Amino acid sequence: MTEEILQHTREHNIKLPDGSIEKQTTTLNLGPTHPATHGVFQNILEVDGERIVSAEPTVGYIHRAFEKIAERRPLYQITPLTDRLNYCSAPINNMGWHMTCEKLLGVQTPKRVDYLRVIIMELSRITDHVICNSVIGVDTGALSVFLYVMQYRELVYEIYEEICGSRLTTNIGRIGGFERNFNATAWQKLEKFLKEFPDALREFENLLQRNRIFVDRTVGAGPISAERALNYGFTGPNLRATGVDYDVRVHTPYCSYQDFEFNVPVGTTGDVYDRWLVRNQEMWESLSIIRQAYQKIQEFKGEEAEVYHANVPEYYLPPKQDVYTKMEALIWHFKIIMGETEIPTGEVWHSVEGGNGELGFYLISDGGRSPYRLHFRRPCFIYYQAYPEMVKNAMLADAVVVMSSLNLIAGEMDA
Amino acid sequence: MALTNDYIRQRLAEKFGEQVTGFTEPYGMLTFEVPKEMNLKTLQFLFDDEELQFRFLTDLQAVHYPDDKGRELAVVYHLHSFTNNVRLRFKIFTSIETPDVFTATQLYACANWMERETYDFFGVNFIGHPNLKRILNVDEMDYFPMRKEYPMEDQTRVDKDDEMFGRGGTF
Repeated sequence: MTEEILQHTREHNIKLPDGSIEKQTTTLNLGPTHPATHGVFQNILEVDGERIVSAEPTVGYIHRAFEKIAERRPLYQITPLTDRLNYCSAPINNMGWHMTCEKLLGVQTPKRVDYLRVIIMELSRITDHVICNSVIGVDTGALSVFLYVMQYRELVYEIYEEICGSRLTTNIGRIGGFERNFNATAWQKLEKFLKEFPDALREFENLLQRNRIFVDRTVGAGPISAERALNYGFTGPNLRATGVDYDVRVHTPYCSYQDFEFNVPVGTTGDVYDRWLVRNQEMWESLSIIRQAYQKIQEFKGEEAEVYHANVPEYYLPPKQDVYTKMEALIWHFKIIMGETEIPTGEVWHSVEGGNGELGFYLISDGGRSPYRLHFRRPCFIYYQAYPEMVKNAMLADAVVVMSSLNLIAGEMDA
Repeated sequence: MALTNDYIRQRLAEKFGEQVTGFTEPYGMLTFEVPKEMNLKTLQFLFDDEELQFRFLTDLQAVHYPDDKGRELAVVYHLHSFTNNVRLRFKIFTSIETPDVFTATQLYACANWMERETYDFFGVNFIGHPNLKRILNVDEMDYFPMRKEYPMEDQTRVDKDDEMFGRGGTF
């Protein structure tokens, strides 16, 4: 995008005769079910020729009242609701929710559980970024890169399958740890992923990073300054692309992230290209974190090497086969399901670095079985407000690229 | 010197005196209460102060306490100071008959949709908000669904016995 195109000519493209009651701009509905919006978003655009004069986003098409539902559910039943927020990285949401509950209940997780969680969270960060970045490729006209990397997301989903049995909406883990230990197949699949994915990622970069068409379409599209981004509540890769090195994993470490060495990539201009670059670099960092975690896990010896949950029978759901065969497990199972365990009162704020920003949980407990109030800080709901400002005076084709580069997930936005 | 909760508390007491009340630290996060007319003054003070620099509005939402007469609705602000890496939370309480609260949109652009969401679900009327209308629910809705008097499930249904699902009585 060159400078002279960005300069808005004051003259309108539509010339109306004097006294006409028609307007000089065209109203265009982009969405709610447009193939280029990747989700249920509606944008009412005022366009002058191909230039956008104003945009008005409408959200809420798939609002499912999770916060209300959560007020009637015990803590462990809220995990499946969090799956459906950012479904491109559901395990991060699940883990964030477990950690919020653990903070409220005062549960300390063993180191090995933390490292297993880190592996899962970083894998899902990779899948999240892979989708977002390859979709930017699709929206600029390169479908093949999307298909190349999609098979590696499949590998990650197979790892999830080994651990929790499901793929997209994972419901992975429990309060206190995991439902089962990683089996040998899961580790093999992880090794396979760590071996094969870097080559694919390098290839992916080669196809786009210096691609003339891609660079022309993305450099200078939808930029935002660091100051505006902070004022608009940006977090995650979108904020880092503007040059602010805010990462929840570093600023308020959770789940033993302080044990890992990694860089926080930042951009400069906050345009689509920088957001793409930041995400790409984050995938390399995630790979490095996974390797470190894998290394650390192999160093555990003896009994420690088999730990996959904290020893908190009053909150951790026992394995089902034990419920059928052991008295104690049956008692705890019954108590947890019927809501007879003690839940402390209090209010907890916990946030994790989600795929697209700071995912926060604000939980108020009055000692009852379900939360008194639960609020999700959904990052993309907050930063999507900046969209009209970012596409103002841009071309219509940029509106689509800017939208996909923001990593907007309708499920998260509408909660 | 790292910014401590005690120091923030001291600075707030210096600035606003007795008006800032109810200091607690649940799970390490400084929490306090200000009168509802003071929300903008508090936000502005925390924003402008050279030492505190709470310039990031992490979250804004409301809570409904139906039994607390005269202060049924609480609006909760979560702020983050990036330079000091400290978070805090403060609350304002308002009665449900006149849920009028000043808007923070002049200071934080991100407050726009957060306040619309809060209005949508709790009916908090943000005075001065540029576009206070429903955001996630349909425009035709004539009640505020997150208030506690609205049960989650349809009360006219007779085919389900809540007692059987562990959902009856006091839950």
